[in-house]
Amino acid sequence: MNTKSYRQKSLQIGFVHLILVLGAVIMVTPFIWMFLTSVKTLGESTAIPPVFFPKSFRWDNYAKVFVNLPFFTFYWNTLITTVVKVVGQLIICSLAAYAFARISFPGRHFFFILMLSVLMVPGQVFLIPQYMIMKDMGWLNSLTALIVPGLFSAFGTFLLRQFFMTLPHELEEAAKLDGCNQFRIYWQIMLPLAKSGMIALAIFTMLWSWNDLMWPLIVNSSPDKMVLSAGIAFLEGEHKTNYTIIMAGSMMAILPMIVIFFVFQRSFIQGIAFTGSKS
Amino acid sequence: MRISSKRRSDWMWAYIMITPLMLGLLFFYIWPVFQTFYFSFTDWGSFGKYTWSGLSNYKRLLTDRDLLYAFRNTSIYIITAVPIGIILSIFLAVLLNQKVKGLSVYRTLYFLPVVTMPAAVAMVWKWLYNSDFGLINYVLGRLSIPGPHWLTDNRTALLSIIIVAIWSSIGSHMIIFLSGLQGISVSYYEAASIDGAGAFTKFTRITLPLLTPTIFFVMVTSLIGAFQVFDFIYMMVGDIVMESTQSVVFLYYKYGFLKNSKGYASSIAVLLFGIIMIITYIQMKIQKKWVHYE
Repeated sequence: MNTKSYRQKSLQIGFVHLILVLGAVIMVTPFIWMFLTSVKTLGESTAIPPVFFPKSFRWDNYAKVFVNLPFFTFYWNTLITTVVKVVGQLIICSLAAYAFARISFPGRHFFFILMLSVLMVPGQVFLIPQYMIMKDMGWLNSLTALIVPGLFSAFGTFLLRQFFMTLPHELEEAAKLDGCNQFRIYWQIMLPLAKSGMIALAIFTMLWSWNDLMWPLIVNSSPDKMVLSAGIAFLEGEHKTNYTIIMAGSMMAILPMIVIFFVFQRSFIQGIAFTGSKS
Repeated sequence: MRISSKRRSDWMWAYIMITPLMLGLLFFYIWPVFQTFYFSFTDWGSFGKYTWSGLSNYKRLLTDRDLLYAFRNTSIYIITAVPIGIILSIFLAVLLNQKVKGLSVYRTLYFLPVVTMPAAVAMVWKWLYNSDFGLINYVLGRLSIPGPHWLTDNRTALLSIIIVAIWSSIGSHMIIFLSGLQGISVSYYEAASIDGAGAFTKFTRITLPLLTPTIFFVMVTSLIGAFQVFDFIYMMVGDIVMESTQSVVFLYYKYGFLKNSKGYASSIAVLLFGIIMIITYIQMKIQKKWVHYE
């Protein structure tokens, strides 16, 4: 009797793994294909039937990406944009989030609702006026245009507020008795404790900034101010028929985020789970 | 006296702390909403000059065949991609919740598409879909199934994009469902076991009802996301989008930034806003009927 139920159990677990492995293959195949294509010769990439493994790895496809396009510049622009947005949001959002979560001040409710209302509006509603602002300020085709609107985030503030709310009230009582002002309480006591929230926000911002396509497409058209996502679109236009080069460029564009994901996996997954459970 | 001065200092700090955010939101987000409303009543000529044109953009919306197609496409996209994505990710989350070995490996692999740039990922899918050299049709061919011209055939182009959209979003939904599942107390299942309930009964009577708040959250967010699909369409089908794949946001982009018809594009944005508001409102109303909070 026991062996029967044991067999049934292991059969069941085997079945579960079968499905999960199948799913994982579907998830990963495009990445493997991207990599394999990126090191094939042009002939191998369009062979029928498809060639899975190239005879020799053609790393020079990667070098070719840099021939027609300032790919290093794309990288640099993407990196700067992302770093500045992450740092900016961490500062600006955490300041406001602390005030909303921890200080009762006249108008708190009003400002909070005002901030939340931004969350409910689809992004396209902002785009044309934002573009006009950038144009009027003379910021088109500059990194400023890529960065500035992304410094302010209602989502980020809401996320961090949720973290600040969970901290116990006793923490600031003592500090207040000692005569600490709110800024010092925020800076020295609360901020270090909201570390996991800050990391989650940093990751979200990083991801969105690095991967964003529409805004860079709209505000920057000159190659020296372009970012990777728009650069891939550009690359595709230049090399319509040479997928080995397009795949090499794509590989290079996605690699940094994959590396960061592997390093900060836990925080990524916690952050996603947190936004799901707190709303 | 002392208390009130302390309080005043608190208030002062609060205002200082929210000022950078509120100014930024006001200037780049809140004011633009009003501007878009205003622009939707204007007509744009060359050099960014615009004139008041009353309701003409809205009249045009009503008779625009392209927009009708875009709404049809977006609707098809939503009613297929959203439920299929949710069902698949619940299914995967339930499997992963069985304490299988290698949980973190599976989780990582399923999550990979979530963190990678849509523009780049769209490129490899375009290649996979290629009807001559693509891997998908090769595999289908080996199974003696004639593969379609995925992205260039009006009948399958939208489906192709839906498949990629589901593929790319399933990982994050799965994670959210997994954490929802882990929040369900084991005692419910133990009690059900004592009553002799089978796996299926447990799933439909315990798991699903207790997961409804999470399902609701994922539904609302993925619906709003689905309305705004752009990257995959832009990258895989391109500037000259076929009737069958043009989405509402793509049309907005086309009118606003390729055809420089920003007034009309603004009216599309207003319409989109209105529809998302209505749908979200309906969802909030209906949720009382099916979402169970413990």
